[in-house]
Amino acid sequence: MGVATYIKGEKDAINEVILQSGIKIKPSYTPEDLERIGFDYEEDLGDPGEFPFTRSLHPSGYRSRNWTTRQYTGFGTPEETNERFKLMISHGQTGLNVAFDLPTQMGYDSDDEMAEGEVGRVGMAVDSLRDFEIAFKDIQLNRIGSGLTINAVAPVILAMYQSMAEKFGYKKTEISATPQNDILKEIVGRGAWIYPVEPAVRLIGDTIEYAMKELPRCNPVSVCGYHIRESGCTPAQEISYALMIAFAYIDNVVARGYQAEEFVGRFSFNLNVYGNIWETVAKFRAARKLWARLLRERYGVRNKKALFLRGIFGGGGSGMTKQQPENNIMRGAYYALAAALSGAQTTALCSFDEAYTIPTERAALLSLRTFQILMDEIGLRDTVDPLGGSYFMETLTKEMEEKIVGEMEKIEKVGGMVEAVSTGYVQGEVARQAYEFEKKLQDGTITKVGVNKYTEGVDMEVELHEYNEEWARLQIERLGELKKERDNKAVGVSLKALEGAAGDKKNVMPYLVECSRHYATVGEMANVFRDVFGEYIEPGIF
Amino acid sequence: MTERKIRVLLGKPGVDGHDRGAKVVAHAMREAGMEVIYTGLHQTVASILNQAIQEDVDVIGLSIMSGAHIPICKKLMGMIKEQGMENKLVAVGGVIPNRDIPILEKMGVAGIFPGGTHFDEIIKFIRENASN
Repeated sequence: MGVATYIKGEKDAINEVILQSGIKIKPSYTPEDLERIGFDYEEDLGDPGEFPFTRSLHPSGYRSRNWTTRQYTGFGTPEETNERFKLMISHGQTGLNVAFDLPTQMGYDSDDEMAEGEVGRVGMAVDSLRDFEIAFKDIQLNRIGSGLTINAVAPVILAMYQSMAEKFGYKKTEISATPQNDILKEIVGRGAWIYPVEPAVRLIGDTIEYAMKELPRCNPVSVCGYHIRESGCTPAQEISYALMIAFAYIDNVVARGYQAEEFVGRFSFNLNVYGNIWETVAKFRAARKLWARLLRERYGVRNKKALFLRGIFGGGGSGMTKQQPENNIMRGAYYALAAALSGAQTTALCSFDEAYTIPTERAALLSLRTFQILMDEIGLRDTVDPLGGSYFMETLTKEMEEKIVGEMEKIEKVGGMVEAVSTGYVQGEVARQAYEFEKKLQDGTITKVGVNKYTEGVDMEVELHEYNEEWARLQIERLGELKKERDNKAVGVSLKALEGAAGDKKNVMPYLVECSRHYATVGEMANVFRDVFGEYIEPGIF
Repeated sequence: MTERKIRVLLGKPGVDGHDRGAKVVAHAMREAGMEVIYTGLHQTVASILNQAIQEDVDVIGLSIMSGAHIPICKKLMGMIKEQGMENKLVAVGGVIPNRDIPILEKMGVAGIFPGGTHFDEIIKFIRENASN
């Protein structure tokens, strides 16, 4: 029970199951179902590692390569974050996933009025390159890849990452960073936007173009269906919106005279594992297939690797409950199982204390152990796409594909994703569904264990990750010192050049790298763009 | 004479952008027959108070998911006192640990609704306590 709707008969018998995406599940499936949907092995599945990659991106799945685990980490000062990074790496984590505090995400320095109470709270505070130098000290940047959860100011942070690596003696060609850099999903679902839609999409185009030429191991954009799903859309909509967003970014770069083939292989996705387990697995299989097929059809991409839907499948934050928080440990394990059955390349899990606080060290480690148990103990690496060929799974994957295509057509009808976001169409759709879902949860139509069913018992005490106000004081003090010590003339000159580039529609990335080298702050660079582009005005639809 | 509808301003103070909860609650209050004004994201406490005055609301609701509810509410309650607006009912919702509830109550926040609170509970609270 759970996210799907169940219509019941006598004695708890299930009469009907309707998945969130609107697909009805039958009590059993046979070869006739495959015939009914016109299932064709070559066309619908292909061998693992072969087009359309429904089964897997690689021929032997997890046998050749275990998944990358990347728990979302970062809080307080850069020193605290550096310690937590090292701890997670020492426990076997294979990539970093950096959390920034909200002022950084919104392009405010720690001493800005808007930053009050938030410095270092939900991620690490970054004001300048100096903070990066501390946070990534002794991390092998040519071996460990970093996801950077940053969007509106992603170009600024990517530039800083490059400058930091170069100061540590690495070549820009050997570092691997994945800034999230998906502003359309911020506007729809996560809210950390600054600039109006058009210049914001242009900035993303700039990072893609720059990475294509200068940062060959970086993935300049991670398209996030994840957050739109968290905001309330269905699994089918999650994939359709993510693909439409990706096409909007591709179109921006193609309009500059490039072929999609040249850069799209560096795109990655961030998708959500929360929900009905079958619907989740079918969703990921259908997503891989559609991405590969549509890149071929729309953009003529031929290179096999450029057709891979690579990404992080994880999280599941909205599945976690405040009530009976220990249940979230089990939920997390099942979400991780769903991710593994889906062939996730990289994964991260929301921790059991997610509904209370950002994860404590203990909770973050428990999530990491959950992944390790799946892969090292119970056999998830044994064979690729273990559900492949199931009458049920193949039927569901095909039905899911149809639902996703149906949702994409709706977006095409209103003029594409940029238009659908600018007018608030998508936001309205997501808000409506969030409300419907919440209502069903509250009236018990949808079951949530420990929330609206089996609520007996005493909740465990959750140890809270403590916020230390001292972090903010220290960060602000340090920022003050930096502004005295740095070469302020060079800062001024580089910011002026940045302003010119932004106004002239030049690619801003080289200018940001120059600014960050001189220790210009995140706020100073973000404000240059605020002056040139203005700010987004929200339609406020609910 | 028809009864005046209860007017609610729902604000998202600070830099937290998670607005699913705010929008869902706004929708529920509208369904319950209240006039709801949603500020949108990234508001300062001062701008929320200004809008509350402009719109002549009975209730000020805040939605805070980042954990910064204590400093934000402290600021809001201080400004409310300064401006003599104590007749406005103040409620806050979001990721709020139990241990913070008495602290918020002491500041004068009348309704505290952690994530997962039923719409009915929020609506009942407003109907019983708003002085429209």
